[in-house]
Amino acid sequence: MTETAFTPLVSAAGGALIGLAAVALLALFGRIMGATGILAGAVIERPKGDTSWRWALLAGMVTAPLLYLITTGGLPVVTVTASTPMLVIGGLLVGLGVTFGGGCTSGHGICGMARLSPRSLVATVSFMIATLITVYLVRHVFGG
Amino acid sequence: MRIVLYYFVGLLFGLGISVSGMINPAKVFNFFDVAGSWDPSLAFVMGGGLAVALPGFAIVQRGARPLFGSGFLMPQTSVIDLRLIGGSAVFGIGWGLAGFCPGAAIPALGTGQPQVFLFVAALLGGMWLARQPWRRIGSGTLRAKS
Repeated sequence: MTETAFTPLVSAAGGALIGLAAVALLALFGRIMGATGILAGAVIERPKGDTSWRWALLAGMVTAPLLYLITTGGLPVVTVTASTPMLVIGGLLVGLGVTFGGGCTSGHGICGMARLSPRSLVATVSFMIATLITVYLVRHVFGG
Repeated sequence: MRIVLYYFVGLLFGLGISVSGMINPAKVFNFFDVAGSWDPSLAFVMGGGLAVALPGFAIVQRGARPLFGSGFLMPQTSVIDLRLIGGSAVFGIGWGLAGFCPGAAIPALGTGQPQVFLFVAALLGGMWLARQPWRRIGSGTLRAKS
């Protein structure tokens, strides 16, 4: 398994930027910054006349590593350790889960918690526990 | 003009994901691996995010409406049911297997790694599957098919 450095300050700063983006989207357009809903709206549901803003937002997200590259001189580190089958199974489960659960880490974890939504608190606790158990099983029981 | 603002919100969000380490599956795995190579950094992402979003949301929602738009478009449901808990748990299992959540995988596409594209394709496949006719299984709270 790949060791990673403890980065409390940088991570908190990154989190603050995520929070700022969520507050900005709410203040400007009254919308919730949830990656699940934005992605589903742009690619799958495509409500007529209501997709361009979603694509603009997704374009901003995708080009962010380039801005990171320009300002820091390197791309953000993305170390993929999961095997190809695990990436596909994981992707399918994430897609199914966030649709039925109505949100993910950004929608429930940041925006929902910021709105003090009990529903989002329950969702966040549920996925955190499931991820904790999954990582434990993969790494320490099945020896991933 | 508005489209440009949306772009910059996405850019800010993606930059936050990149800076925070959420974009890196190795960091995600180590955050959850409390019994192994534990790296608690990602707790600080949620801490930093909520430190801004909690007061930010409270202040913004005190206003009558957003700067551009007639009102706040808030999720209308407050139901806590098996669908919410089970769906979120399934999301958590997938997150624990692949190391990507949707908000991290989209910015990660910008690093150009083929594995990220594979994950996002599977993610979209799962989102599509969940919308097929059998989607009402296990729930009494869903709207009728529109």
